[in-house]
Amino acid sequence: MVIANEFDYRRPETLAEATELLANHSGSVRILAGGTDLVAWLRDDAVAPDLVVDIKNVPGLHDLRLDGGTLHIGALVTFTDLIESDVVEENAPLLAEMAETVASQGIRNRATMVGNICSAVPSCDAGPVLLSYDTTVHLTGPDGDRSVDINDWFVGLRQTARTEDEVVTHLTIALRPHGGVYVKLMRYGGEDLAQAAVGIIAYPDHEFRVAFGAVAPTPIRSTRIEAALKGKPLDDDLVAEATAMVRDEISPITDIRSSAEYRSRMTEVMLKRGLVAATERLAGTGPAYGTRLI
Amino acid sequence: MNLTIKVNGEEWALDVAPADVLLDVLRERIGTKSPKIGCERGDCGSCTIIMDGRTVRSCLVLAVEADGHEITTVEGISYDGISELQTLFLENNSFQCGFCAPGIVLSATELLENNPNPTRHDVQEALAGNLCRCTGYEPIIDAVLAAGEGGSE
Repeated sequence: MVIANEFDYRRPETLAEATELLANHSGSVRILAGGTDLVAWLRDDAVAPDLVVDIKNVPGLHDLRLDGGTLHIGALVTFTDLIESDVVEENAPLLAEMAETVASQGIRNRATMVGNICSAVPSCDAGPVLLSYDTTVHLTGPDGDRSVDINDWFVGLRQTARTEDEVVTHLTIALRPHGGVYVKLMRYGGEDLAQAAVGIIAYPDHEFRVAFGAVAPTPIRSTRIEAALKGKPLDDDLVAEATAMVRDEISPITDIRSSAEYRSRMTEVMLKRGLVAATERLAGTGPAYGTRLI
Repeated sequence: MNLTIKVNGEEWALDVAPADVLLDVLRERIGTKSPKIGCERGDCGSCTIIMDGRTVRSCLVLAVEADGHEITTVEGISYDGISELQTLFLENNSFQCGFCAPGIVLSATELLENNPNPTRHDVQEALAGNLCRCTGYEPIIDAVLAAGEGGSE
């Protein structure tokens, strides 16, 4: 099936040119990075932009590096880049654990993590992990640069804090010692969207971040579960207390991939296993990153 | 729009529309028929090509995005006779209908270039997302493992 919608295509060579195009055009516009969502949506007529701005030639957006204790991830960094990065392996292996669960090799070679959170589907794999980190989204637009805390990023189903004339340039993650885990439930091992997902980070002194994917209109963080866990050594009773809270924190639906009931029950199991694994990883033990917990 | 691409070592200059998808341009304009039209949404892997050394789903790439890039398909890696990997696929009777074969040959080629001696798990991970409805995958995985161990000698 061909793409029925006609649109203009531009491939700016600088960030200034890209922002100029986004600010001064008529009709609707879409930014193209990896294209693994956008081209599928164009085929489905789910989007019908007048202009597509391909940012792949904009220099500087491929950067993936550590600045002091801050991880800098450019808008064009792909999931394969994350998996193959020594910087990620040494400083934030949780990102690679998450990236390995995304679709297939041919998609991961093309799809970017920033694109993943800009598409902002409920099951986006980067969502729960970036919500667990101290992540900031950096954008530029006609009014200059601004940054958005990841907690304010996801505003609704496929909706983010980005306005149509802004482009995300990069993410920063302020790193501190941590043990993380991403648990993704799929219908089969290999390529699938999440039926449910849990991202957890254990920080020193019994501090946790807990986030969920595919069980609400957006990826969500549960500050209530985090508060219940804070300051207490993790034991069976505390894990049970946290898992008992899951049902009130999430709002799963029934769809082709899973029933709401199954999503709820499995999210409880995933939280239980994930809390233990994240705590062990913080202590330097526990299953190696990349080990599937479900 | 002008599109200049190198396909299997040959330079092409074409006029394409922004909405033209690379898979269709490869098949209909350039005549490279090994990338197959399957699901057309990135799930099945039958349209897999190698672009600048890495596999991509050509159904999810606009033709204009490939401007200035280098593409390899099965025709390209078979130019001087079939590869050792392809020979092992033949010897293992890996394919039946063959519709998935081009995508799997290219995905396995990419794997072996990055990881010359993959484990069974590595092969399964690399080929996940290349759907085969005939074989149950086992003879395909066996052939890639054999290639990793140094081929048929």
